[in-house]
Amino acid sequence: MSAEQARRRRTGRHLRTAGRYLLLTLVAAVVLFPIYITVVNSLLTPGQIADRPPTLFPTHPQWSAYSTAWTQGHLGRYLFNSFLVTTIIVVGQIATSIAAAYAFAFLEFPFRRTIFVLFLATMMVPFEITFFTNQATVVHLGWYDSYLALTVPFLATGFGAFLIRQSFLALPGPLRDAAELDGAGHWRFMTKVAVPLARPSIAALSVFSFFAAFNQYLWPLIVTKDERLRTVQIGLRYLSRTQVDQINITFAGTVLAALPLFVLLIFFQKHLVRGLTAGAVKG
Amino acid sequence: MTEPRRRSRRSRKVREALLGYLLVSPSLLIFGVFVFYPFLKNIWLGMYRTPPFPGLPKRYAAFDQYERVLTSPEFRNSLRTTFLFVAATVPTGIVLGLLMAMLAHQRLRGITVYRTIFSSTVATSIAVASVIFFTLLNPQVGLLTYWMGRQGEPSVLDDPKWALIAVAGVTIWQNLGLSFILMSAGLQGVPDDLLEAAEVDGAGAWSRLRNVVMPLLSPTIFFATIVGSILAFQAFGQIDLLTQGGPLKKTNVLVYAMYDAVFRQNNEGKAAVLSVALFAITLVLTLIQLRLLERRVTYER
Repeated sequence: MSAEQARRRRTGRHLRTAGRYLLLTLVAAVVLFPIYITVVNSLLTPGQIADRPPTLFPTHPQWSAYSTAWTQGHLGRYLFNSFLVTTIIVVGQIATSIAAAYAFAFLEFPFRRTIFVLFLATMMVPFEITFFTNQATVVHLGWYDSYLALTVPFLATGFGAFLIRQSFLALPGPLRDAAELDGAGHWRFMTKVAVPLARPSIAALSVFSFFAAFNQYLWPLIVTKDERLRTVQIGLRYLSRTQVDQINITFAGTVLAALPLFVLLIFFQKHLVRGLTAGAVKG
Repeated sequence: MTEPRRRSRRSRKVREALLGYLLVSPSLLIFGVFVFYPFLKNIWLGMYRTPPFPGLPKRYAAFDQYERVLTSPEFRNSLRTTFLFVAATVPTGIVLGLLMAMLAHQRLRGITVYRTIFSSTVATSIAVASVIFFTLLNPQVGLLTYWMGRQGEPSVLDDPKWALIAVAGVTIWQNLGLSFILMSAGLQGVPDDLLEAAEVDGAGAWSRLRNVVMPLLSPTIFFATIVGSILAFQAFGQIDLLTQGGPLKKTNVLVYAMYDAVFRQNNEGKAAVLSVALFAITLVLTLIQLRLLERRVTYER
């Protein structure tokens, strides 16, 4: 009797586990479907893409769309531009944020509080409000169609300075007292003590600004016209306007444009999650 | 003996202050040129009528232009469209993200694979997501067009009834990953034994969600709502790639209307007024967020 009961309970549990897997797989399939079908279509000929009923699995994958997207579609060049611009922005933001955060956390100077409030105030003025005036500024400076236009406006961030200042302030008191040094001492304290201890925040900020910079759309659209300066997001805009007989190239280009962040997601999932939630959950 | 020491202490203070200014100056310079100056200039630009032909002088109109633009049917349409877009994307995204987070919040073999898949759309940019759906909705060869039985008809993106819904759908899909990540992080803060205790007490999935998870997760949800709304009010890329504000201005959200005013109508003055309106909306949302943050901090203490 009790053996019978135990068996029934066990099959019940197995069924429940199977049900959970089924549900998980179903949701995963729905989430992944647009990406899956994009990859599949990038491996088909335009004729096969138009076939009805649709081909949902490539039996004879054609890789030519990738080489066409890379060479004729200039995806290689666009990806290079995106990585260059993103790297400059991330490195610049980290540098300016660490510098400002250090001043706010360890140094005494008049109007420190006011200046800090100004930093926070920048978070209330999103770029989507000022973009056209900034475009006029960039044109005025003669920076239109240049890497300067794509990077300089983003080399500082109030959010980053705030985030790193928080982790500087969390350093233990005795350590911070050691900061009462002369100029050379400050440099050593910053590079040898403060920055290494703030590494988690710096990593989080790097991930956050990497995503923001890599995915920019509006700004590169309005400050560049030259194809040699085009970032991959803007490259996609032009790729999506192709004819139906080249639609496999659009699909291949989309895969190439998305691939770098997918690789990052798979290898650095933990850091990524911490970076993306840094601004939100922790407040 | 004491005099030089005092002087050296004072000079050290001066040096420290100079170092402080030196360290904040790169950021301040960039903020000055690319945040504060354009912000103030937009307010000022809103008071000047842009001439119909470039080269003619701007005409000072004080707050007339603000009044004219903000009471125009075009602005009312943009505002309504933007609010509809926010209302369609933000709550749905959060609910779906929460459901996915709860589904993935179990100890099962291989669950990390599912978690990676659930977060996968963070790796797509708005441009990638838009182009994927733009091709899937292609009126001739798009797979979704075929499944919806709309082949031979105009694309849903050209249909005034469906365009905004389609754009919202793409946005929700693109945000699923981020929403899942945020909600998962929030769920980590819900103690497992609390959920297990509720399960032992016979609480069903719905009751566990309502009575255990929701109260503990409400700060995360509120925060995601505010931040998500601020971002949704700034939507641009998906509009530019999918509909260009059309059809019949049915997807002409505020930022797209600003872009259109500057780069197609050459009307900076109008764009400036719109930008001030968008700032006001963002400001209200940010103030709510700060108020909440303050309360949460005191609560934690």
